[in-house]
Order: sequence, then structure tokens, then C-alpha cells
Amino acid sequence: MTKVYHRPDERGYFGRFGGAFIPEMLHRNVAELRERYLDITSDPGFRREFDALLREYVGRPTPLYLAERLSEVVGARIWLKREDLCHTGAHKINNTVGQVLLAQRLGRRRIIAETGAGQHGVATATVCALKGLECVVYMGEKDIARQAPNVARMRMLGAQVVPATSGSRTLKDATNEAIRDWINHPEDTHYIIGSVVGPHPYPDMVARFQSVISLEVRAQLLTATGSELPTHVVACVGGGSNAAGAFYHFLEEPSVRIVAVEAAGMGVESGQSAATTRLGKPGILHGSMSLLMQTEDGQVVEPHSISAGLDYPGIGPMHAHLFESGRGDFLSATDEEALAAAFELSRLEGIIPALETAHALAVLPRMGLKPSDQVVLCLSGRGDKDLATYMQAMESGMDTQKTDIP
Amino acid sequence: MSRLQPLFDRKRRGVLNVYCTAGFPRRDDTLPVLRALEGHGADIIELGMPYSDPLADGPVIQRSNATALANGMSIPLLFSQLEALRPSVGLPVILMGYLNPILQYGFERFCADAARVGIDGLILPDLPEYEYEHVYGPIIRAHGLDFSFLVTPETSEERVRRLDALSNGFLYAVSSSSTTGGDSDMGPVEGYLGRLRKFALRNPVLVGFGIRDRGGFLAACKHAEGAIIGSAYIRALEAGGDVDVATERFLQAILT
Repeated sequence: MTKVYHRPDERGYFGRFGGAFIPEMLHRNVAELRERYLDITSDPGFRREFDALLREYVGRPTPLYLAERLSEVVGARIWLKREDLCHTGAHKINNTVGQVLLAQRLGRRRIIAETGAGQHGVATATVCALKGLECVVYMGEKDIARQAPNVARMRMLGAQVVPATSGSRTLKDATNEAIRDWINHPEDTHYIIGSVVGPHPYPDMVARFQSVISLEVRAQLLTATGSELPTHVVACVGGGSNAAGAFYHFLEEPSVRIVAVEAAGMGVESGQSAATTRLGKPGILHGSMSLLMQTEDGQVVEPHSISAGLDYPGIGPMHAHLFESGRGDFLSATDEEALAAAFELSRLEGIIPALETAHALAVLPRMGLKPSDQVVLCLSGRGDKDLATYMQAMESGMDTQKTDIP
Repeated sequence: MSRLQPLFDRKRRGVLNVYCTAGFPRRDDTLPVLRALEGHGADIIELGMPYSDPLADGPVIQRSNATALANGMSIPLLFSQLEALRPSVGLPVILMGYLNPILQYGFERFCADAARVGIDGLILPDLPEYEYEHVYGPIIRAHGLDFSFLVTPETSEERVRRLDALSNGFLYAVSSSSTTGGDSDMGPVEGYLGRLRKFALRNPVLVGFGIRDRGGFLAACKHAEGAIIGSAYIRALEAGGDVDVATERFLQAILT
């Protein structure tokens, strides 16, 4: 195994994963994006507007915070990249700012998006409100029922939230419905995919917009420690956008260990899991070849995770390539481990993390870290949206008062 | 040789291609539906292989896919049903489906089995042109199967010509920018079909998406060799009752 990560080729293949497996009805829009995204996003005017919005509206750079009490418990230096402090409470808005500016330059007035937990939907609705664009968000009927506060936020921001009633009525189906909307409105609409999934150029484009995370980390670490490079970068992976951004500027640094954490749900072998690299096989979903949880017959399997943001049967093609090439280490955390880690971080550092992020936190004690290790963990989102789940855990008598907290 | 070419040699106008979903409405209805379609006047049958995530399809065909999967439909089961396809059905039969289940079955094995049971061609809407040319097309052709690309009103002339050159049997003209089962206004569609006609393509053109009745069928046939009807027929089967009776009633309304 070479353990070398290859940037995507011109057809969007990361190794053997990626590509654009789309019906002809999407061809013109996807081809236009493919032909123009690099030119538009490298234009100085675009960069100026993007950087200014990230700075003044989103609140970047986000802090890189040395979590001392957590470090003591784990036995290594743990640096938290505080994406939870972005406007709207998660890293998702880095991408929506970028794609809305891109959509404006493509002359699109109508924006559509899919959302699972609602974070990407809220981020999209937010930037559409800022720019005065029409916004339609597809959300699984089941997710609408269990994420009421985010549905209300999107509506307050002026977005139309459309329930996806097909299939399993969760994120996978919301994505199907958004793609079908785009097929039916090819002229005026831009589709903002929220993760590093979908047909080329989406995986690469979204990773580039999120790469601001690792760009900042390098500069911040240099200031704080005298070295730009940590020993490890850790992030949770559903589709994988925060991980893509956190890994991006370290992929060609062989001394940096890349650690991706998937949701094991009730356990990898339980039949109630979302650990795609453990359970998936190569397959095509939402326009790209990647690893995919599926039956023997090639029908897509409904995953399970306590965290709606990780509840996806696939994984971005760049992550499939990181996995297959051996460049990335893929670990997983169960629902229960993630909950425990969320409570632990809250008590140790006064930071209530999103359930997604809690999966990344949960593996720290299992990584075999040394006291000299400098670990950057992408704290992708804040936990307000998960309070109902956290309250249930407390009411069910879960041991939230861990005894080994110093 | 595929049965498509001889059909178009014989019939240059008003070719009716009807879509149905394998294993729908009941698991073992696949062959009875094909026989009924042949018996009551269809010219080509497009047999859909159900998939959990049919991206290009509207609600009606999504439903028939979900029902067929719930009925236990799968590619291995389909091929075992199709062992009895020939000679009891003489019409050209093409398989339509999404790439993923076929990849899991094994692409080469799929083409070999399709050819063996007497399938004439394939429509795989999410198989891109580059991968067709470099990976899958040679396998499809080696097994004597035709392949139809889709074109839409948004497809450039240059691209229509390229996709026509890669297609065999017929070219599938999507009537409007939509998923299946929409409500196509045939006015603007006629302009688009007129343009396609002027390109003097090498393949016959069949028009699909949103054609639901005799009026739509006749309008499509003015500028193309024929039309494809899917969602409207699925709805007719959904109404229940005897498959043969429902099919006869449906096709009579289209053809006379």
C-alpha cells in the first residue's frame, strides 16, 4: 500500500472513486459548474468577497483552542478547531457562502439544498437571506419531525422547507428530491450540496471551500507551537465535509496522521450502523462512485446513527480514496460512546459539542497517543441542536458524572 | 442481432414503446405484463429494473420501484423470470435501470445473461458517455446489445450528434427538462423535436417523459419515429384488476 493521496483528476476521480454518474438532464448544469468553478473561485474579486464574508459575517478565523483539561485526561496535547463558533453553529456555512457567491456569478436566482439534521439547511437559508435569493430546502419527513428547531430557523430565514416523503424519508431521500428538483428547474437554479459528495466537481469544490479550516490551523499552530504541523488531525465523517476541510492542507504531509471517525451506531455489526468504510462496498450514489452501504442486490441500505449529520449510507469519494490508499486511518464510535464523549467535553471544557463532533472526541483515548503528540480535532459544530437527545440521555440515568474527571 | 433494427426497418412512424417495472404490480406479473403489452399493440417494451434511489424518476415510477422491491424483485429473479421470455414474446425488449445494482451483479455477467434470455438493448440513464466509451460500451456491444443515450432540450447539437453516434437501436429524446411522469406541454417540445429531425441523425428517435395520452402520443409522433409511455401505464396498472384487461384498455385509448 502506497499510502499516497492523489488529488482528483480532471474527471473528478480520486483513485477509482468519484466521477459524475448523472442522467443527461443534469449534464448541462454539472458541466457548466465543472468548466467554471476553478476560474470563478480563483478570481481575485471572488476571493475578496469570500474572504470578507468569512471574516466579518461567519466570524473567521475560528480559534484553535488548547483544551488543557481534556489534554490531561487523554494524555496528549489536544487542540480544538472551534468551527462551532462559526455563525449558525457549524462549519457548514463556509461552503454555503462559497457556493452562493458562485451561484450569483452563474446568474442563478434560486437556490436548493438538502439537509439531514438541518445544519446545512440553516446555513444555506442564512446566506440566501443575506443575498436575497430564493431558497428551497429538502428535508426528510422523519428529520423534519425530529429537528423542529432547525426547521423553524430555516422558515424564519425565509426558506421554504419541503418534506421528502419518498424512500426512508431521511437525508438520502432529501438529496434525491433536491436532485430531482434540479432536473426540473435547470435554468434558474443552483444546487448547493452540503457535503463532499455528489457528481464531480462537487466533492472537490466543497472540499476547497472547507479547506479554510486547515489553512487556518497551520498558521495558528505555527504561532502557538512554532510548527505548522500537528502529529494527528481528527474529524468525524458522515459525507465528510468538515473532515475534508480539516485534512485538506495536511494530505501531502506524510508526518501528519489523518484520522477519520465514522458513526458505528449501535455497533458496527449490529445492523444499525453508519460505518461506511467497514460496511460498504464500491457503488454509485448521488452521482459518484464511492463506498456505499448496500444490499447484495445493490439496493442502498438505510444507515443508523444517533447523529442525523452522520446518518448517511455513503461517504465522499475523497474519503473512500483516503481509506483505500491507507493515507487515512478510519475509526468508529458508537452512539453510546459519542454521548459519553459529549458529556465529558461539556464538563471538562465548558463546550457542548454537536453529536457528530462527539464521535471524533470519543476515539481520542483509543488512539494510543503520547504526551508529546499534538492533536488537532475539528470541533465541527455546537450541541444546541442536540439538546433533546442530551436531555433524554440525562433522564435515562446515563452516567454523565464521570469519576475520572480531574 | 437486436430486434430493434428490423422493427424500425418495417415501421418508421408511430412506434409505441411502453415502460413497465419488473415485478410490478405483483412479483410474478413481469411476463404477463410483457405478454399483454405485445397482445394489445405495443411495439417495444422497456422493462425497468427497480432501484431504491431512482433519481431520474418522478413519483409514479418511484412508487412502482418501491413496490417491486417490496415484492422481492431483484436482478437474479428477473433473469429467472425472463428464461421464458422467448419465444413467448416476440417484441423487442430493452432493460432500463440504474448502474449500481448492475455493478453489484457484475456488469459482464449482466450483459451475458441479458443477451442469453433475449434482451435487445439497454437504457442506463446514469451511465456517463466517457465511462460508456472506455469501459462499459465495449462489453455491451460484445454481447450484441443495443444501447440508447438520452438527450434533452438542453443538450447541444454537438453533444446530440456524439450521443447519437454512440447509440444503437434508437436515441431517447427526453421531452422536457423533468423527471418522468410530468405534464409536458407538447408545443415547445415540437420545436425541439423539429430541430432533432433536421440533424438527420443515424438512429430513430423515440420521445419520452410526460406523454400520457393519445394527444401526446400523436404530437410526439409528428416529429419522431415514436414515443415512450411509462408513468401513465404504471398508473393504469396501479388501479388494480386483471393485468391483461388493464393493458388492453390503456393501449386502446392510446392507439385508437
